[in-house]
Amino acid sequence: MNVTRRNFLKFSGITAGSVLLPAGMAASAEKIRGFPLHKPIKESATICPYCSCGCGLLIATGPDGHIINAEGDPDNPQNRGALDPKSISVRQLSQSPLRLKKPLYRAAGSDKFVEKDWNWMITEVAKRIKTTRDATFQKTNDKGVTVNRTPGYAFLGGAANNNEECYLASKLNRALGVVYLEHQARI
Amino acid sequence: MTNHWVDLKNADVVMINGSNAAENHPASMTWINKAKDERNAKVIVVDPRFTRSASQADLYVPIRSGTDIPFFGGMMKYLIDKDLYHKEYVLHYTNAATLLDPGFKGPADLDGLFSGFVDPDGDGFGVYDRGTWKYQADAQGNPLRDETLQNPNCVFQVLKRHYDRYTLEKVSRITGCPQDKLEAAYKMYGSTGAPDKTGTILYAMGQTQHTVGSQNVRALSMVQLLLGNVGRPGGGVNALRGESNVQGSTDQGVLAHLVTGYVGIPTAGNNPTLAAYIEKETPKTSYWANKPKFLISMLKAWWGDHATAANDFAYAYLPKVESPAHHYWISLFQDMYAGKIQGLWLMGQNPAVSGPNSRLEREALKKLKWMVCQELVDTETCSFWRAPGEKPVDIQTEVFILPAADAMEKAGSIVTSGRLIQWRPKVAEAPGEALPDDQILNLIALKLKELYAADAGPFPDPILHLNWNYGKTLDVEKVAREMNGYAVDDVKDPKGEILVKKGETLKGFAVLQDNGTTACGTWIYAGYFAPADDGTGTIMPATKRRGQKDPGGLGMYPFWAFAWPANRRIIYNRASADPSGKPWAEDKKLIWWDEAQKKWVGYDVPDFVATKAPTDPGGKDPFIMRVDGKGGLFAALNEGPFPEHYEPVETPVEKNPFSSRMHNPVVKVWKTDEGKNIGDNWGKRKDFPIVATTYRVVEHWQAGGMSRWLEWLTECQPEMFIEMSKELAREKGIQNGDQVKIRSARGEIQAVALVTARYKPFQVEGKTVHQIGMPWHFGWGGLAKGAIANDLTPHVGDGNTTIPEYKAFLVDVKKA
Repeated sequence: MNVTRRNFLKFSGITAGSVLLPAGMAASAEKIRGFPLHKPIKESATICPYCSCGCGLLIATGPDGHIINAEGDPDNPQNRGALDPKSISVRQLSQSPLRLKKPLYRAAGSDKFVEKDWNWMITEVAKRIKTTRDATFQKTNDKGVTVNRTPGYAFLGGAANNNEECYLASKLNRALGVVYLEHQARI
Repeated sequence: MTNHWVDLKNADVVMINGSNAAENHPASMTWINKAKDERNAKVIVVDPRFTRSASQADLYVPIRSGTDIPFFGGMMKYLIDKDLYHKEYVLHYTNAATLLDPGFKGPADLDGLFSGFVDPDGDGFGVYDRGTWKYQADAQGNPLRDETLQNPNCVFQVLKRHYDRYTLEKVSRITGCPQDKLEAAYKMYGSTGAPDKTGTILYAMGQTQHTVGSQNVRALSMVQLLLGNVGRPGGGVNALRGESNVQGSTDQGVLAHLVTGYVGIPTAGNNPTLAAYIEKETPKTSYWANKPKFLISMLKAWWGDHATAANDFAYAYLPKVESPAHHYWISLFQDMYAGKIQGLWLMGQNPAVSGPNSRLEREALKKLKWMVCQELVDTETCSFWRAPGEKPVDIQTEVFILPAADAMEKAGSIVTSGRLIQWRPKVAEAPGEALPDDQILNLIALKLKELYAADAGPFPDPILHLNWNYGKTLDVEKVAREMNGYAVDDVKDPKGEILVKKGETLKGFAVLQDNGTTACGTWIYAGYFAPADDGTGTIMPATKRRGQKDPGGLGMYPFWAFAWPANRRIIYNRASADPSGKPWAEDKKLIWWDEAQKKWVGYDVPDFVATKAPTDPGGKDPFIMRVDGKGGLFAALNEGPFPEHYEPVETPVEKNPFSSRMHNPVVKVWKTDEGKNIGDNWGKRKDFPIVATTYRVVEHWQAGGMSRWLEWLTECQPEMFIEMSKELAREKGIQNGDQVKIRSARGEIQAVALVTARYKPFQVEGKTVHQIGMPWHFGWGGLAKGAIANDLTPHVGDGNTTIPEYKAFLVDVKKA
């Protein structure tokens, strides 16, 4: 039997794990069936977050839900398993100790960030948005035409976000009357 | 992209202009190499620098940055002079035969301008009155045509006269490219004018980030029309989009001039009411004739039961702008710098590094009262108030950092450059308390509703009535279904037959209504979340499909995910068949007219009324989004209907050889605080003789938030550098690895010199012109640190989109 990596996965009856094994071991699937894995590994297919090629990624995660391996998805027609150095780095992007883990607030004139809880942050952010909207809202322009717009704050961003997030950003900000609505596509 | 990544394998010639695809869109090379291996395809790379893409090319054509229009203009002249254009395609599928108003005049007659230029203050910059830029029409308003293409007023003849001035000799002198290389490129790419051949043009920011960026893209699109390469496998006009989902963010209208699906934001002047919007913004022909259905279905999605026929579907809830351009990026930062903007809310963007004249843009951030950042890491923007040299005590901006989950840590869809919408499940846990951006938006929206319910403020209705029911913990699939669209009530055809039952998910945009019975957040996405077969009989939301079937073997994969619009893999694909409906070539057979079945059939979803025969009226008009259904060899942008060469605003040449008009006459050159340390300062060639451009490398990503904080990528590419030719290094006494200072009129930065043979000096108008390049990924934060390239770039943008002129500005360099 010609054992490819994919039918080996099916044959061996484990979801993944083999992605961490030396190549030579994959050839002897029968032996591996009883091989004690140190931890159960989950494998999921997704899409790379860097350029716009939309390459397929196979992500292996441990029981804590953290990424332990990333490799190309051979079933995805965009890349058929090939990847670049950034795509592989999604593991480090998710695991980096430099990722932001808590909401942070910097007061006017302060020289530091302080940690805050989400409730406080969301309330304070919403208050700033409301205060600025209410203070700058224009019901009509100088010709008396109804314009219902908020020139007081700007929203930027979204080219690395999911469609659904961009849609929500567009919908929410337009409902608030925002006219300075821009992102990476303009530059 | 009109086409898509896998389709590159069907090309006979691949021309890459202003893109380093091998480095910045690496998967493209899989398919380009397949075309080389299996079709003996040729690759041409046109670029100021011998890039990694150029190293894979059969022909490398160096041109000075900012001279793409001469390059393409010269090509159009060559194609016409040598009779290489695709005659049948040009005659039937483009507006070549259409007669123009005899009052229309172009740069050949008017020294670099088109008829109608208005320059109120005589400074050389102004706007056009487009009164003469039009077709001749009969009494019914139908455009007049001359099928012989001989009438001096037909588009073909006017175009021919326009580019007659773009001789090989002149193009060579201004681009700095030797004539033999130009001619070799023209000949090689011209081979795709044969009816059975196709060529694809790939472009990226190297085309767009110029004051003539839109006209660069127009020029390459015209080449594609002349060669009959649009709407066909292995052809197309293919923008390699710069971010993983910049296509999708644009589709959702996160831009000042749009709402969703490329429907325009209303203006106060033209569109004060829904009736005025519909009257002014709806063409009578083309698929855009359905625009009212798209807009009203979006309003129903946004305001639900509060959007009724009686209140014009809540049209008053949408903001109306005076001019969208007042709110574009550069204007936005100018207004922020002037203290007119109190707050800034960012979702995954780092303008402290990525904005043009970034010193000025960082200064603008200091004028804010508050800033909110949804971010993965502490970027330069998050911490602009403690940048090197800043005194935090003097900066009064409150900053709120909301830790965000990354793409692996949440669910949702993204779109490839090729319009393919692929679903990403959540595959990993986010660190600490980080939340997905959609959850953050949900929490803020719900809190705002609560605050407005307690204390109304001015016109609270759009917020209180906003249709926002995704759960306390947002269910992203509910959002997806709303974007896709659903029937609010039974949807009936004119005879009263039910097309879609109340509550059902819409399968496509053809059923959208303007009477409030359909809700659809983003009309071009209709169908992406509807139940669909993956080719094996398994039904799932279309975007989640992983079907491997590829009928026809062209790499269309119609059962893999979902491509907008309507799962169509190549748009304008009527043009893949000849006027009688037969494929132009057997090996590029995509769709064709089946006389027995009386319909279009094939391997892709026809971009056409499926039962419209080639002999029917309009049966030979593939460009269904255009009013006349014809490809626009003549089509108006703000600078005119044909691309004309103008120099970048900072130029190394003394004279434009095509006219006395140096610069794009419709751009806005900002002069805020000119002469000050931080301001809109402009360099002259005597002080800044070297052309500079910014670019990207494969190891880093954009402004760095997703790469400079990672050890692996830092090890690959640890710091900022400035790439220059051996000749320039010798002239300046610089060795590879030396620290150098690079200065523009707007700032000075220091970095390592990377001396390579990849840049060569150009001979431009008899003089030597050097060009240098530098990556713009770096900043003071993260692990891979370095100077910010955009401290040098200018506040001037394209005449239509205002994308900044990052790709051609003037600098000087010296050893540090």
